[in-house]
Amino acid sequence: MTQAPERYMGGGLPRKEDPNLVTGRANWTDNIKLPGMLHLAMLRSPFARAKITKLDVSGALERPGVVGAFTGAELADQWPGGVPCGAVVSDQQNSPFFSPIVTDEVRHVGDVLAVVVASDRYTAQDALESIVVDYEPLPPVVNMEAALAEGAPLVHEEFGTNECFKYTAGVEGIDDLFDAPDDTQLEGGGVRGPNVGGQGDTGEAMRRADVVIKERYIQQRVLPTAIEPRAVVASPEPGHQGIVMYSSTQVPHLLKIVLSLSTGIPENEIRVVAPDVGGGFGSKLNLYREEIIAVVLAKKLGTPVKYVEDRSENYQATIHGRGQIQDIELAANSDGKILGLRVKLLDDMGAYLQLLTPAIAVSGAALFPGVYNFENFAIEIKGVFTNLTPTDAYRGAGRPEACFAIERAMDSLARELNMDPAEVRRRNFFEPFDEPTANPAGLQYDSFNLQAVLDRAIELADYESLRAEQQRRRESGDPVQLGIGFSTYTEICGLGPSQALAGLGLGGGGWEAANVRMLVTGKVEVATGTSPHGQGHETSWSQIAADVLGVTPDDVDVIHGDTDAVPFGRDTYGSRSLAVGGIAVYHAANKVVEKGKKIAAHMLEASEEDIEFEGGRFSVAGSPDQNVTIQDVAGAAYLAADLPEGMEPVLNESMIYDPPNFTFPFGAHICVSEVDTETGKVKLRDYIAVDDCGPVINPTIVDGQLHGGLAQGIAQALYEGVIYDEEGNLVTASMVDYMIPGAPELPNFTLDRTVTPSPSNPLGVKGVGEAGTIGAPPAVINSIVDALSPLGIKHIDMPASPMRVWKAIQNAQGKQSGDRQIDASLEASGADIKQGR
Amino acid sequence: MRRIKLSVNGVTYEHEVEPRLLLVHYLREGLNLTGTMVGCNTSNCGACTVLLNGQSVKSCTLFAVQADGHEITTVQGLQSNGEWHPMQTAFHENHGLQCGYCTPGMILASVSYLKENPNPNEEEIREALEGNYCRCTGYENIVKAVQQAAGQTS
Amino acid sequence: MIPVAFDYEVAESVDHAIELLGQYGDESKLLAGGHSLIPIMRLRLAAPAVLIDLGKLENLRYVRDGGDHLKIGAMTRHRDLAFNEMVAQHCGIVGYTAGLLGDPSVQHRGTIGGTLSHGDASGDMPSVITALEGSIVVQGPNGERVVKAADFFQDYLVTDLGEQEVVTEVRVPKLNGNTGWSYKKFSRRSQDWAMVGVAAVVERSNGSIGSARIALTAMGATPLRATSVEQALSGAPRDAVAEAAQSADEGTSPASDSAASAEFRRHLARVWTKRAVEEALSR
Repeated sequence: MTQAPERYMGGGLPRKEDPNLVTGRANWTDNIKLPGMLHLAMLRSPFARAKITKLDVSGALERPGVVGAFTGAELADQWPGGVPCGAVVSDQQNSPFFSPIVTDEVRHVGDVLAVVVASDRYTAQDALESIVVDYEPLPPVVNMEAALAEGAPLVHEEFGTNECFKYTAGVEGIDDLFDAPDDTQLEGGGVRGPNVGGQGDTGEAMRRADVVIKERYIQQRVLPTAIEPRAVVASPEPGHQGIVMYSSTQVPHLLKIVLSLSTGIPENEIRVVAPDVGGGFGSKLNLYREEIIAVVLAKKLGTPVKYVEDRSENYQATIHGRGQIQDIELAANSDGKILGLRVKLLDDMGAYLQLLTPAIAVSGAALFPGVYNFENFAIEIKGVFTNLTPTDAYRGAGRPEACFAIERAMDSLARELNMDPAEVRRRNFFEPFDEPTANPAGLQYDSFNLQAVLDRAIELADYESLRAEQQRRRESGDPVQLGIGFSTYTEICGLGPSQALAGLGLGGGGWEAANVRMLVTGKVEVATGTSPHGQGHETSWSQIAADVLGVTPDDVDVIHGDTDAVPFGRDTYGSRSLAVGGIAVYHAANKVVEKGKKIAAHMLEASEEDIEFEGGRFSVAGSPDQNVTIQDVAGAAYLAADLPEGMEPVLNESMIYDPPNFTFPFGAHICVSEVDTETGKVKLRDYIAVDDCGPVINPTIVDGQLHGGLAQGIAQALYEGVIYDEEGNLVTASMVDYMIPGAPELPNFTLDRTVTPSPSNPLGVKGVGEAGTIGAPPAVINSIVDALSPLGIKHIDMPASPMRVWKAIQNAQGKQSGDRQIDASLEASGADIKQGR
Repeated sequence: MRRIKLSVNGVTYEHEVEPRLLLVHYLREGLNLTGTMVGCNTSNCGACTVLLNGQSVKSCTLFAVQADGHEITTVQGLQSNGEWHPMQTAFHENHGLQCGYCTPGMILASVSYLKENPNPNEEEIREALEGNYCRCTGYENIVKAVQQAAGQTS
Repeated sequence: MIPVAFDYEVAESVDHAIELLGQYGDESKLLAGGHSLIPIMRLRLAAPAVLIDLGKLENLRYVRDGGDHLKIGAMTRHRDLAFNEMVAQHCGIVGYTAGLLGDPSVQHRGTIGGTLSHGDASGDMPSVITALEGSIVVQGPNGERVVKAADFFQDYLVTDLGEQEVVTEVRVPKLNGNTGWSYKKFSRRSQDWAMVGVAAVVERSNGSIGSARIALTAMGATPLRATSVEQALSGAPRDAVAEAAQSADEGTSPASDSAASAEFRRHLARVWTKRAVEEALSR
């Protein structure tokens, strides 16, 4: 009899990762202790911009336990490539040399000017105080518009400008949006680009439109705040000249390459291991200066060197996310149909370029049109240097910014036209499709059914009742007003097709590798080039392999995070792992089955075409009793005593999978907020998210990704924001002042999903890692503005803190009272920093 | 240096320590109990939570010398006879963890709280975990886990 | 974030602590729960040469009935107060507020004596003790003295505590059945310091307000009484609250910082005073 095979894909299997994590047996990088290991501490600049006029480390060397103290000048020949940037988005991009230890000038608070190596971390920290430095402080530039003004101090004098790059959507015929006066009617022509491009004539659209929405949105800087700070242990590998670098990283394979480019150590002499990694969110998608320094010193001193950042270093020296000023113009007819969109962005690089810094805004450029189908689109982006911590990828990386702009503008359009915000969206949605369809920027969306997610979200929210309640509260003058905010979004996942990535200035290399091998006992090892740090790949990849091979997930072990164990890989970021890495596992496992068929045919003395495979069993068509299990086949393949002529032993198949297209999950979110108009405090009463990420491998994990993503999106909207003072000091330098939300600050989520498979891969999967972070910020802000719109309030910047909301209400009521000025100076004046209890 | 004697996970230790040695570093580096981690250094995040005489405390804001004469329980001490504590099981079954870095502290804070309030409602659980930050889960499944462990599988 | 090295002494008794303070002078700091001190030591904003640990003084960890008042030992942990039945019965505002400080793990360590000695005007407990018109028992080389809360908090992080003195006990009145209370803390996150806090202890009298004592958190260098509100409410009908609360910020001098401007704090003090008094009247 044939038993239907159990399907593991689609089931909420509890995670295989958990046992070590809940029992305290995880292997964090900071756990690693190696014989002779020394500890590294960084001397960091207290100034945002200053010349170093004197630097003397000799005092540190005199302290007991100190093994070495180094300046940048002493080690300069060890890092010919500096801290590398892998993104070139314009021919004229200004890319400064980023020295791991500076030699002449510090360019942001937290910049490194000397290091100490000592026997333990307490000693290393103490010794920093014995280093003598004289600074000549210089005026810093701490915001982008000031940085671009005539005569602004220069972050990098060699460029003669603070402009890092200008990117103009790669289309001919678009006037220079930046240099044109605000009210200029811009002309634009052009064609659809391969991935990013402008099209049509936005100037003509603006002239023809019944209404043009012109708004400025600020994407504040945020701190990724993985709860595990960054950590690295660099160890000269015994036996040969190489280096092993254990790093709390998302990207061991990328690090191996860029570490070689930075230091000149041949790539083959580098092994990078990512032990258990305590969250990344993009912040561990980088080769950091501290890693280069640790490697260089481990080689120089011939002994392992460890560096672990503390939280204040994490906030000063690990990349920041976001940091954009968005000027947007949306043209529409009175029926709500969009005619055109144009976008001017300033994107804050910070003081240096990290691995992907210039590419973040550019990679989101083609998503500004969102889920709407219209004709005319143009975008320009300027990258700007400031004397602040470098920015780079933070969960969503370019897409949340784009989504926020279009989704806020859609609400403004609805308000302008006195139209329901759901309706104005509907009128511009793409009709459902399941074959690639170009968006206004030329991006090929893979499959959509936007109407279905919006309908479902409206149903779950009980939208009509909410509007009725809102009306009641408005009429009764309730101090707590109700707001309903929409966001319908899409995002780019599955990074990515190598050619397309190259087009974005990222060089390429968007494939992913998997090796699936069956051991002699019939157990399975899956080696994956993805590098999970909370996403549960061990579980999900086991489900995929188990279903393809007809085994159980417990039979499968997933190996990752070590460039020796998994030689090829492109790691984990950009919601790429399932749609690229998971598909690689799927293909490799299928190759195992295909080879198994040949062996089974040989064993059963049948022809290969007659072999059927189901539920882990190869059988002869029409004679189900003639069968062998895949475990039997694996054993036979391994022992190789009787294989078909010329067949290579062992079931051991690899796949390097380069996807044909990105994937585009989409969804509809509704945020229901209660705004206390007396205090400005916003409470989220409900949050409904209907997402479509294609078929789901593990619904428990997918829901978890959504929860976490929503939390981070809500956090950006309501709580988090980096504050610098005008001297460039980081005011939000610890978790005391930087508002990551806790359990009491967040709501429960109401989730549902629809399933629209992607045509781009055989499982139809799309990816889900960033959906919540992308969808949530505009939904939250839209809900607050919706609550307050009877007062005439049209926008509130993020984070919508109680003070901001209160002030918006005050201003709307004409009680300005000079408080605005107080606020303006406040954000640049520094907080009184409180400690302890 | 100062001599301390304390019990950690039921084992008595005596060590000479520098007074400024933080309890979390004593546990991690002195005793190799690496299930207790540092997250924020400012007593906000709770990754370093351990039990002191059965009550949750933040081991990054406690000197090892202050633990002299007391009983410390880390996540490694929660299991008994190889069986997981019900809170560990509940976190696993409810997907109350992703990267897992906050998890030991979150579990210990929850264990401590249920001793004080065995039947909390959802809002009380959220408030009780105000001092433990998680960046991955959005907390919903953590709250569910604590509800399960409290016998409220609603 | 490693503190500078220091010497460490364990006080075996209050007298011993006083003796150690005399021996080390202003180089030394008392360590109670440590949740104010240790974080600033880790940031190297404080570097005492000697810490005198009061942690072994279990005899200062108590709540006792003092007749018309409660006596709370200085080393009583916040969490002890949050779950103490005598406190809940006779002076609920103290237990409630103790349960708001920091988070449960902080409350397990932090002590009432420590938080009052620190004298942080953003602390919640100083305002509560001020509104209660409680008193603080202080012991020094010359014996014991009892200081009224109003006299104890002198300036930002400055108290009446002498160099060689230790807080040993806090005394708060038992509230009768006609007296309602409220502590309203406004913060962005639950675990944060108060942006503004209002402690209200209101006596009801024949359906109107007998008297009200209101103290404000984070509205100046010390806890401040909202005296003009108190005067306006004395003997006033219940519906006078909203208008009276409009003067809550009179005589205050709140700071502007990243959390709130002075103007916003003033506004919050008015709103929160109204809500606190209304809550106190209903409790």
